[in-house]
Amino acid sequence: MVAELGHFALILALGVALFQTVVPMVGAYRGSPAWMDSARPAAIAQFGLLAISFAALTQAFVTSDFSVRLVYENSHTAKPMLYKITGVWGNHEGSMLLWVLILALFGAAAAVAGGNLPPSLRARVLSVQGAIGVAFLAFIILTSNPFLRFTNPPFDGRDLNPLLQDPGLAFHPPFLYLGYVGLSMSFSFAVAALIEGRVDAAWARWVRPWTLAAWMFLTVGIALGSWWAYYELGWGGFWFWDPVENASFMPWLLAAALLHSAIVVEKRESLKSWTILLAIMAFGFSLIGTFIVRSGVITSVHSFASDPARGVFILAILAFFVGGALTLYAARAGAMTAKGVFQPVSREGALVLNNVLLAVSALVVFVGTMWPLLAELLWDRKLSVGAPFFNKAFTPFMIVLAIVLPLGSILPWKRGQIARAARPLAAALVLALAVATLVFAVSTGRSSIAVIGAGLGAWLIFGAAAELWHRTGSAGLGRLARLPRADWGKAIAHAGVGVTFIGVSLLTAWQVEDIRVARPGESFDIAGYQVTLVDVAEVQGPNYLSTTATMRVRRDGREVAVMHPEKRVYPVQAMPTTEAAIDGGLFRDLYLVIGDAQADGGWAVRAYVKPFAFWIWLGSGLMAVGGLVSLTDRRYRVAAGARSRRLAAVPAE
Amino acid sequence: MKRAGLILALMLSLGSAALAVQPDEVLDDPALESRAREISQKLRCPVCQGENIDESNAPISRDLRLYVRERLVDGDSNDEVIDAVTDRFGEFVLFEPRARGGNLILWLAGPILALIGLIIAWSFLRSRREIAAPVPLSDAERSRLDRLMEDDTRA
Repeated sequence: MVAELGHFALILALGVALFQTVVPMVGAYRGSPAWMDSARPAAIAQFGLLAISFAALTQAFVTSDFSVRLVYENSHTAKPMLYKITGVWGNHEGSMLLWVLILALFGAAAAVAGGNLPPSLRARVLSVQGAIGVAFLAFIILTSNPFLRFTNPPFDGRDLNPLLQDPGLAFHPPFLYLGYVGLSMSFSFAVAALIEGRVDAAWARWVRPWTLAAWMFLTVGIALGSWWAYYELGWGGFWFWDPVENASFMPWLLAAALLHSAIVVEKRESLKSWTILLAIMAFGFSLIGTFIVRSGVITSVHSFASDPARGVFILAILAFFVGGALTLYAARAGAMTAKGVFQPVSREGALVLNNVLLAVSALVVFVGTMWPLLAELLWDRKLSVGAPFFNKAFTPFMIVLAIVLPLGSILPWKRGQIARAARPLAAALVLALAVATLVFAVSTGRSSIAVIGAGLGAWLIFGAAAELWHRTGSAGLGRLARLPRADWGKAIAHAGVGVTFIGVSLLTAWQVEDIRVARPGESFDIAGYQVTLVDVAEVQGPNYLSTTATMRVRRDGREVAVMHPEKRVYPVQAMPTTEAAIDGGLFRDLYLVIGDAQADGGWAVRAYVKPFAFWIWLGSGLMAVGGLVSLTDRRYRVAAGARSRRLAAVPAE
Repeated sequence: MKRAGLILALMLSLGSAALAVQPDEVLDDPALESRAREISQKLRCPVCQGENIDESNAPISRDLRLYVRERLVDGDSNDEVIDAVTDRFGEFVLFEPRARGGNLILWLAGPILALIGLIIAWSFLRSRREIAAPVPLSDAERSRLDRLMEDDTRA
């Protein structure tokens, strides 16, 4: 009964979305306020209906209603409650339902918070948002219905893929979707602006927080996924350049470019048509990402749903929205005349360079990801493009970006001089060089990664600090606290990039690994630590069997940690997983893995010392926090009144 | 049928327990071992989804790891080992496609796109500078301005 209610609400939501697409758009065209305003209740109603639908599916999962096929295929009575809930989106159908729920959430948020938008712009934004909803709701109902029932319900389910029964992965998809779908707002604003034929500072002031929020969620989502891979896959890799990772990384890079170019539109009324194009591309790449994951066209560990019919449907959605938006862009972009005038050496110029680097690096990832598919289509060649290629092709862009970032972000608007702008950064440069020298002195290895990465990371961190200090006009700490939140957000996010740089490069260069057979009671040394395998025991978990080892780690005779790496088997899915034991620290992670029993009574054991691993996610966290701090800036909180006044002053075209 | 076999192999290899490189595979010579690891990370497991043979648990990856080590012990260079594996399994196993023929497009995409991007950006930046000269008023604007000035003086 509840499932049918959810099913019914889902279909009603499609009807409401259709209304939301057509009526406000026609209203904006005919200038009818009532028709335009109908977008707001429609957006809220669509969200309400989808919330009911999602709640119904969640209820089916929580109560293990195996008459619903999706629950049977992805759940089990013995599964812990947390994973019964996260199992709702741990499968194709449920994750698409979450996708449209978030889409509708953003639409409703724009409807509620958009009171001071010009009515026609608001109507058009919500109409475009509604159209995206129509496409994906139709996709769900026609190809991926989560509410299908069995006539004869089975007794128990097939359980969720054990890899997904994990807190990191449980919350990875919702954050990614918040990011992907958040970019739909920027897209809707871009298309609405193209239809209106007008882009101004007020428009950018609207688009920027949405983009910033989407980028923040993407950052958290990607970081969670990478953290999960680090502790779950059993060897501590954190990034594999897997097609699906790339699918989330491309929108992230483009969203980063977009939120920077929107600053130029907001402050200097320039780069307008480029910003519109970026907004279209960023969402386009989110759709491409959805296509890659959902179609299984590029094989990847992540595609737990691969079905050609679904792939074709999503490709059609992609072609319609991106193709339509680009056509509109070609027709209308000429109307976006830039106002601001500036010299090449200026903040505007630096932001243009930032955009070139981020957009081109995203395209490089795109070409690399699609290349195997292209080669097969064009020449019938089956080839692979993997981590070694991406490391070589992508890294140079990040190095250039890191070199110019502190300098570019301190340049004044309109016109600047590099020598003069660089003066406040002198101390930062000296400190960064000192860090690079220190790392060089400590490194015994052959790799230059550590020196370059740590030096650049330090340059970014000290550069961000120097810029903050510069903004106070050397007036001391009191002034520092009164700086705009946007300045703080920027410094925190840029320092976060530096912290991640350091983490990635030092972990890659300095990691130590030891693979061996150890008998219970045996000890071995790794990078100054003495590891003892105390014993190995069989333990029964709620829905799995575990082989749990007890390992003692000492350093200089003092005990550092007692760790319990596990190997689990989930009988329902007959699938083994590893649960590495990690003793985390600011400067190093100890990472222990227990493997198979050996014939001589010993156990295969892998031990790693991973220096600065934590910094990768610390940096990602700082980027997200920087975005959040920037979002709370005064001008977004109090801009409401100012915005409507400003809009009234803009003459009609 | 071949495809079904592949999918089966995939399912068997997917997500099985860690410990890709087994203790008995590790070479005694640390220099050779680290070369073996370097090579393993460039070779794709032929039956897995996007895993290299260093990470993979598939039996064929173990065979390949052992083969790579045998060849290294016999004194082959890294490239010779990679070529030998590629001859047998095709270029599919290369995670770093060779920069030859059509693949040149892949390798040159980054530098060429960057160049195009910089040229476009530079011409845009120049155009922004050139507008710096104030545009003279059009006749219509001038007459409107005159009218406004007249209004002002009369008031």
